[in-house]
Amino acid sequence: MLITKLEHIESTKKYQELVESGRKLAVVCGRMGPMCIPVYDVMDSLKAKYPDVTFLDMEFDAPVAAETIRRLPETRSFSGLPFTVYYRDGKVVAATSSIQTKQQVKEILDAKLKA
Amino acid sequence: MDTYAYDAIVLGGGPAGLTAAIYLARARLATLVVDTGSTGGQMNLTHEVANYPGVAATTGAGLGQVMRAQAESFGARVISQAEVTRLELDGPEKFVEVEDEGTFTAPVVILAPGGAPRTLGLESEARFKGRGISYCATCDGDFFTGQDIAVIGGGNSALEEAVSLTKYASSVTILHEFDHFQAHPWAVREARANPKIRFVLEQTITGFEGDERLTAVTSVHKRTGEEVRIPVTGAFVFIGYVPRTAGLPPSIRLTGRQEIVTDELMRTEVAGVYAVGDARAKRYRQITTAVSDGTIAALHAAEYLGELRRRGE
Repeated sequence: MLITKLEHIESTKKYQELVESGRKLAVVCGRMGPMCIPVYDVMDSLKAKYPDVTFLDMEFDAPVAAETIRRLPETRSFSGLPFTVYYRDGKVVAATSSIQTKQQVKEILDAKLKA
Repeated sequence: MDTYAYDAIVLGGGPAGLTAAIYLARARLATLVVDTGSTGGQMNLTHEVANYPGVAATTGAGLGQVMRAQAESFGARVISQAEVTRLELDGPEKFVEVEDEGTFTAPVVILAPGGAPRTLGLESEARFKGRGISYCATCDGDFFTGQDIAVIGGGNSALEEAVSLTKYASSVTILHEFDHFQAHPWAVREARANPKIRFVLEQTITGFEGDERLTAVTSVHKRTGEEVRIPVTGAFVFIGYVPRTAGLPPSIRLTGRQEIVTDELMRTEVAGVYAVGDARAKRYRQITTAVSDGTIAALHAAEYLGELRRRGE
């Protein structure tokens, strides 16, 4: 169970609804581990600065992750938690593996999800 | 940008900074903690803390959360993931500007920036981060179940994590730059006794190979110049830490290793500025030593503030 200030994606149905809505999404898929916790915090700290982006998380070991993010071609070569996937207009526009700094996340948000 | 006055500003939210905040806030001094990352600092990288006195066992992140809650319960304000855009420490009033938050002033600043894991600094290291290269065995070990991997380093973390990774990997090759280890003898003995671990010593890592994922580590023998290529799908890098002191004003004296010089009361050479924790020049770096630093700095800072008030400054 993830203890974060982000909205959780707990079912494949919810994931599909979010992606199909075309909204700008940043989804952190991880555990409550040392590399994941800072990324959840980074996302939480960016909510106010990027109000049109929905920041979410997903439990890496839950069935929803096995059915969605872990099956994406963009994450096939990943071997470091967390997997962070960015969506726009229903498509994956960026994906990263392992810990990311606030600056690295902002660079992706500015490059891929800015209006 | 609005300006807010505090008695003390703590820059860094690891165990040293949070301890200083607990003591300052409990002394009813207006205290602000500004952390450029997640509070907890390097404790967050420690899966299990088993040697913190009075606590049987906990996670590093859990201990950090409790310390932050303690500081906040006494009235300290904590800003994490902060972007410090201006830092002025030289005058009697110090200035810390934080993007989207404001400008903060105080007569006392406690520097607690901590350290960051050292990287090899190779271009190919950045390319394969999260695609074979990892800095956390407990986070990523299970991705390498049944595979051949490497561990780079020769300290306690490297040897302990190498042993831990044998739970998953078929084999673990330890690559180290010297012909001896910095790790405690018991850690070396345990690693040497593990049949899944082999050692390749006196190596300088030259690169990482692969396409989408890591397929090999390359190195060169430091004395003979012999080139070595080790096929692996994972490489865990544990080569120590560097102090996060880049960006401090030149008035803060650093050692050749970029650690902050203080006296035994944690004072730097700038009046009203203290330094604590892993970024301070000292021999031993543990959560307990960080807590000690934070305590000493806060107690002395409280005395210093009292003296300023008595003098009407």
